Amino acid sequence: MKRDIITAAIGILVFTLLLGIVYPLFITGVGQVTFPGNANGQKIYADGKLVGSKLIGQNFGTPVLEKNGKVKEVKGAVVTEADPRYFQTRPSATEGGADNAAASTFSNKGPNSVKTKEADEENIKAYLELNMGPNKKEYDPGLTAANIPVDAVNTSASGVDPEISEANAHIQAYRVAAVRGLSRATVDRLVSKYTSGRGLGFSGEPGVNVLELNLALDRLEGKAS
Amino acid sequence: MTFDGWFLIVAFAVILTVLAYPFGQYMAKVYRNERVFLTPIFAGPERFLYRLLRVDRDGVPSAQDWKQYAKSLIVFSLAGWLLLYLILRTQTLWDFTGLNPTGYHSAPWNVTFNTTSSFMTNTNWQFYSGETTMSYFSQMAGLTVQNWLSAGVGIVVAIALIRGIIGRAPDQDGRVGKSIGNFWQDLVRTILYVLSPICIVGAIVLLSQGVIQNFSNYLTAHTITGLTQTIAMGPIASQEVIKELGTNGGGFLNTNSAHPFENPTGFTNLFEMLIVLIIPAGLIFTYGRMSGNRRQGYAIYGVVMFMFLCAASVAYIAEAHGSPAQHAAGLHTHVISGSGGGNMEGKEQRFGIASSALFNTVTTVTSCGAVNSAIESFTGIGGAVPMANLSASEVIFGGVGTGLYSILEYVLLAVFIGGLMVGRTPEWLGKKIEAREIKLAGLGILITPLTALFCTALAVASKSGRASIGEVALSKTGGNTPQGFSETFYAYLSQANNNGSAFAGYTGFIQPTSGSLGSHGITFADLLGGFDMMFARYAPILFALAIAGALAGKRITPAGLGTMRTDNPTFAVLLIGVIVLVGALTFFPALLLGPIVQGLTGHLY
Repeated sequence: MKRDIITAAIGILVFTLLLGIVYPLFITGVGQVTFPGNANGQKIYADGKLVGSKLIGQNFGTPVLEKNGKVKEVKGAVVTEADPRYFQTRPSATEGGADNAAASTFSNKGPNSVKTKEADEENIKAYLELNMGPNKKEYDPGLTAANIPVDAVNTSASGVDPEISEANAHIQAYRVAAVRGLSRATVDRLVSKYTSGRGLGFSGEPGVNVLELNLALDRLEGKAS
Repeated sequence: MTFDGWFLIVAFAVILTVLAYPFGQYMAKVYRNERVFLTPIFAGPERFLYRLLRVDRDGVPSAQDWKQYAKSLIVFSLAGWLLLYLILRTQTLWDFTGLNPTGYHSAPWNVTFNTTSSFMTNTNWQFYSGETTMSYFSQMAGLTVQNWLSAGVGIVVAIALIRGIIGRAPDQDGRVGKSIGNFWQDLVRTILYVLSPICIVGAIVLLSQGVIQNFSNYLTAHTITGLTQTIAMGPIASQEVIKELGTNGGGFLNTNSAHPFENPTGFTNLFEMLIVLIIPAGLIFTYGRMSGNRRQGYAIYGVVMFMFLCAASVAYIAEAHGSPAQHAAGLHTHVISGSGGGNMEGKEQRFGIASSALFNTVTTVTSCGAVNSAIESFTGIGGAVPMANLSASEVIFGGVGTGLYSILEYVLLAVFIGGLMVGRTPEWLGKKIEAREIKLAGLGILITPLTALFCTALAVASKSGRASIGEVALSKTGGNTPQGFSETFYAYLSQANNNGSAFAGYTGFIQPTSGSLGSHGITFADLLGGFDMMFARYAPILFALAIAGALAGKRITPAGLGTMRTDNPTFAVLLIGVIVLVGALTFFPALLLGPIVQGLTGHLY
């Protein structure tokens, strides 16, 4: 028994040193040398400023202002409304505002829950308003609740899903093209450019990286003007 | 459903089998202490570790009988528990390392009790959320270490049981025959020869795909629409790979393998599923090889692969169909051009339906419990699949080691039942099965379900248990819904099976802000869960080792005409029958009350 206790005590300290300190440091070293971009989170800069990470979805909304000109907040989170000039990411259940990458969380809404239905209805309504236009015909005239892709309505798992489905992107392309005065073909071309395929051709689903797409749109306009 | 979806499931099964077979043969060599291709690299460190641990006797650790083996295992686990609890409770003391850039404080004692028990038992149930609670130091020096060690402990028990089963009759001094190996030697060899090569290569593969690995402070980004976004960082790749490989499942970040930093692409999703199953699947072939009859391994592999494919298919069909809530809201869930459709609530776009259903099946048949999508948001039937997987008590592949020793107990039971049916003394690999082994196997099989059901009943019936149900806040009926029951049941079932996946609305930790200041645990759920995990981990381990001890000393009689074979399809069918029957008899009532009710109605609660 005494022998076991001594061995166990030495063992746990040795393994903590090897597996808890040496191993992570070794992997960090290897990562920082071989894949520094990936290891540090695929940061994206625009005009020398950090605008986000390629892998992390963002809220492309603008702060809502109250009558007195102050930014409106609910429970410390800035209230935003979708900016029609940009492609919008999927609904997010994170606290402290959508796409909070410091505290990822599931919505944990059940399949048979009234709350889930209500949330879905609300998201459908918002999506229709955003993508049909103020008079319900400017952007995508053929859009109805029945042909909204599910990813545009259901919350993502991580709350920071960087991608949307191609169908979702092509619907939003009507709006973005109209608001920015671009041809829809131009916008759709960019959508295709930032669509990644399945892993090895069969694992997962294709998706459109929203941050990269939006930055490309801004660059396009920057060049034109 | 799509062709690609079905193709993924089939391709995954094929790739897994192709990889697991040679790996199983390799592990057999490792545990027979034979020379393998890594011996030139690891022989030195191996001898050094034996000397450091003072188990070295002429270069070889001495043989242990099952009681000594169990004692070493328990004492070592206890030491690990104490150190981990200490590290987690003194989080701010380690600030000098620079590995707590966010300055987080320790979580309260009750949550830490739960977390410590959870990581030590290979459960990795998480009431806390990684990026708002843990410093990098706690994640590395505390949690990552137990990811390795708890995996090692599971594997060595399976190996010890195999040695017991194949052990030859005792020699003159009656000593060698009772030996089932040496715990320290098995543990060291597991870490060096089995876990570390895959971890190092796997971490680099994950890095190449975008999993992060750094010690930076959380990033602050200024978005193009004028908002700010804080992005959690950390040494994730090194923990991610052992989390999958050791079927641990405790995510570095709260949303686990759904988070893009843990699982960035469709490829990493496939890769992570493969490393979850490589050891559990490989060990089955190891068993065949070590028992001297590879067909023994094939029979078991056939059984678990069949059950696995059934589970994955049901989950895929259910999730592709969509949920009642979606349909009631007017959403169409069929496949359209450019969208896979289905129930995308709590799923990531880059995975879609098939990869999400398959991933969560992989991690719930094993004891991994990592998730790449929210199980709580799965449809009724889709969510019943993980629960049914857990109800099968880790025999469908199961956790590393745990899965093999659990199914070997079922094999023992099936042999016994088969023997009764044909009216002969049951024999297994030439050894007579007697009352002692059957009693131990019966206890080993039933102790986990009993613990799970007992804890669920206690939690559902008591007021303190209701405080944890997330559904209380969400639903108008105050949690008196099938979903509320499912949350509770899943919590204690998952912890008893040392799985760690969750209907994540169930909580034992209230944390108003990041960093644990002002936070408090829900003592009832934390403690009940902690004991649930520890009891359902170590009791079955002791039974498995006791069976190994009981079998080790038995004489082998040559197989005769009347011997029931345990390596043919007939036996495989019998084995499936026994597993399904035991699982169904113990869990069917509980499953009916929760997910199946929801799956059978379109009613909203």
